[in-house]
Amino acid sequence: MSDLTTDHPDAEKLTGMQHEKQYEFSLPEKYFFKSEKGLSKRVIEQISHYKNEPEWMLKFRLKAFEIAEKKGRPKWGPDLSSLNFDDIYFYIRPQDKKGTNSWDDVPEEVRETYRRLGIPEAEQRMLAGVGAQYESEMVYHSLKEEWEKQGVIFLDTDTGLQEHPEIFKEYFATVVPPEDNYFAAVNSAVWSGGSFVYVPAGVEIEVPLQAYFLINAQSMGQFERTLIIGEPGSKFHYIEGCTAPTYNSDSFHSGVIEIICQEGSQVRYSTIQNWSHNVYNLVTQRAVVHKDASMGWLDGNLGSKVTMKYPSTYLVGEGATGEVLSIAFASNGQHQDAGAKVIHAAPNTSSTVVSKSISKGTGRSSYRGLVQIHEGATGARSNVECDALLLDDQAKTDTYPYIEINEKTAHVGHEATVSKLNDEQIFYLQSRGLPEAEAAALIVRGFLEPVAKELPLEYAVELNRLIELEMEGSVG
Amino acid sequence: MSKNQLEIRNLHANVDGEAILKGVDLIVPKGEVHALMGPNGSGKSTLSKVIAGDPSYEVTEGDVLLDGVSILDLEPDERARAGLYLAFQYPVEVPGVSIANFLRLALNARREEDDEIGVMEFYNKLQNAVKTLNWDESIIERNLHEGFSGGEKKRSEILQLLVLEPKYAILDETDSGLDVDALKVVSQGVNAARSPEFGALVITHYQRLLNYIIPDVVHVMLDGKVIRTGSKELAMELDEKGYDWLKEQVAA
Ligand SMILES: Nc1ncnc2c1ncn2[C@@H]1O[C@H](COP(=O)(O)OP(=O)(O)O)[C@@H](O)[C@H]1O
Ligand SMILES: [Mg+2]
Repeated sequence: MSDLTTDHPDAEKLTGMQHEKQYEFSLPEKYFFKSEKGLSKRVIEQISHYKNEPEWMLKFRLKAFEIAEKKGRPKWGPDLSSLNFDDIYFYIRPQDKKGTNSWDDVPEEVRETYRRLGIPEAEQRMLAGVGAQYESEMVYHSLKEEWEKQGVIFLDTDTGLQEHPEIFKEYFATVVPPEDNYFAAVNSAVWSGGSFVYVPAGVEIEVPLQAYFLINAQSMGQFERTLIIGEPGSKFHYIEGCTAPTYNSDSFHSGVIEIICQEGSQVRYSTIQNWSHNVYNLVTQRAVVHKDASMGWLDGNLGSKVTMKYPSTYLVGEGATGEVLSIAFASNGQHQDAGAKVIHAAPNTSSTVVSKSISKGTGRSSYRGLVQIHEGATGARSNVECDALLLDDQAKTDTYPYIEINEKTAHVGHEATVSKLNDEQIFYLQSRGLPEAEAAALIVRGFLEPVAKELPLEYAVELNRLIELEMEGSVG
Repeated sequence: MSKNQLEIRNLHANVDGEAILKGVDLIVPKGEVHALMGPNGSGKSTLSKVIAGDPSYEVTEGDVLLDGVSILDLEPDERARAGLYLAFQYPVEVPGVSIANFLRLALNARREEDDEIGVMEFYNKLQNAVKTLNWDESIIERNLHEGFSGGEKKRSEILQLLVLEPKYAILDETDSGLDVDALKVVSQGVNAARSPEFGALVITHYQRLLNYIIPDVVHVMLDGKVIRTGSKELAMELDEKGYDWLKEQVAA
């Protein structure tokens, strides 16, 4: 990040500069702002002030900070001891963070990775934070017009707060309050960016709402805060593909995603994330699902040093359904601690969890899941399947399934399998002409297929390419 | 030394240090179909896997030549791309990988990177093969052997043979476990592959397969060696008398 300045002494003067509509693709902006290192009351005040937020948001942030201080870090799960907050900038404006406006300044290795991923050059430039993406801008604008006609709101979260304060205030932090957990509290104190989605009653959207469209604004923040509201009877798919290794030196990503599925709505949230290998990725994502509504998560986690991510689904209305499909790939030195949490709090609710993990070398993947059936949730059904694939003898996997049933009529199934990359399968595929590495990649793809097939084609293709890159050197 | 044959020359192979193949000599010229018979445990499957390059076997002596060129130093996939095909006695399952997808990859692996097979060309090829085997077209969307019956797996091995069009194929007990109808269908597939450009070694226990796939030559394997080579009448003789008389002859 050579052309990033150190802490800007005149942050206050810059306040207000960000008010051009950030969801409109703009030319690279001249102004930047970065908070001082570490997490403190002062930093939080700076952030809120800089964003020109309403008073209630500043209060909310400060309260959350107090809660975080009180709570302290979790005493379970992966080792986070080398995560030092005093070394972290809790707010960097994304454009600045990307750090460059010239394609030539993007490190060769990053460009090489993009090239091997087969990402079109225009998209490569955008991922690297270079320039505006005019082609996608046009596509986006025509879609956006159509959505606006239907009353759909699709903005980055900061803009959402500015432009739709009533809806925002009604739902914000109702699904994941700062009290929920330490990292949710930290996020609440310093959040920035993320997506704000509101789909009115009865509106169905065919094309997935892609966060990709918002990247040039603030959607890929380090502490992103996504708020998605599906009004009764709405139907849509929100998708976030962060498929190229995020080009930054941040070591800490902690997002909060809140989703409200009102009666009879059908909401899907899909994300494929590929973090650089030094990142602690600690995310709280949760949906509240009302009567006869359905929520589907598809969560793919690659890269990072440590990931802790357990998409949660609260089935609070009768007949609500939830589905969690997840993929985790733990490479050398990585710990993917992922899973799912499903709470059945109403009768005739049902849930399905399918978790697929792959571990390679010194990588470790853990499934951590909770299925809870409350008393009175008669006829609730839940089925959990977690499958682990080990690519070599060194790789590790473990499962922590917790099941709490307080209702006699509930049906809960749990199945876990661990398999190793099978020599016989590899030989078989090789005997048909596929080179060993390709054979192994095909087996892995087949292993992930039940989940990957739920992705739109272009995302599935990118997922496959990512997996192949991760697998390089793992056989032969 | 002919260039147009699959030649196994004094082949010795071990598994876990134990000798299984003890000097196999056998030649399958292009354009011919040979049968390889022999009691259980005589080393037929081992021979076929060693030829295909299964890394769990160690070749200690001898050679395998494809059209006059040794293939022992080649990886299994290189052997396949050189024109060799093995229909496995026990085909494995590969969950989540559809037959169509897999065969397209296998065909493309035989082609230059910028010369992938066209969608229509591939589809026609696949459809023809499916028809030859009296199979339902939906089979190509199913995952490779996932939930297949024994018979379906065998049929899939022949389907792949028809699509991949190898120069030489080894069929390891493709007939075992099949009822007569399935046997006819599978034989139909193998006979469809017969051509002056194709040689096959058909491993079987039973004479009955050879009523449908008529072999040019019959070899008999016993304790890691080919001990007798003859015409198709040899198969009938074996069917009548079993292997014991041959064993005695060899011992004598
Ligand atoms: N992978 C293996 N590990 C140990 N023993 C093996 C292995 N493969 C074959 N054998 C042994 O080699 C002998 C020949 O087996 P096989 O080639 O399967 O015979 P056939 O196909 O003629 O019935 C048998 O005694 C069998 O137990
Ligand atoms: Mg055998």
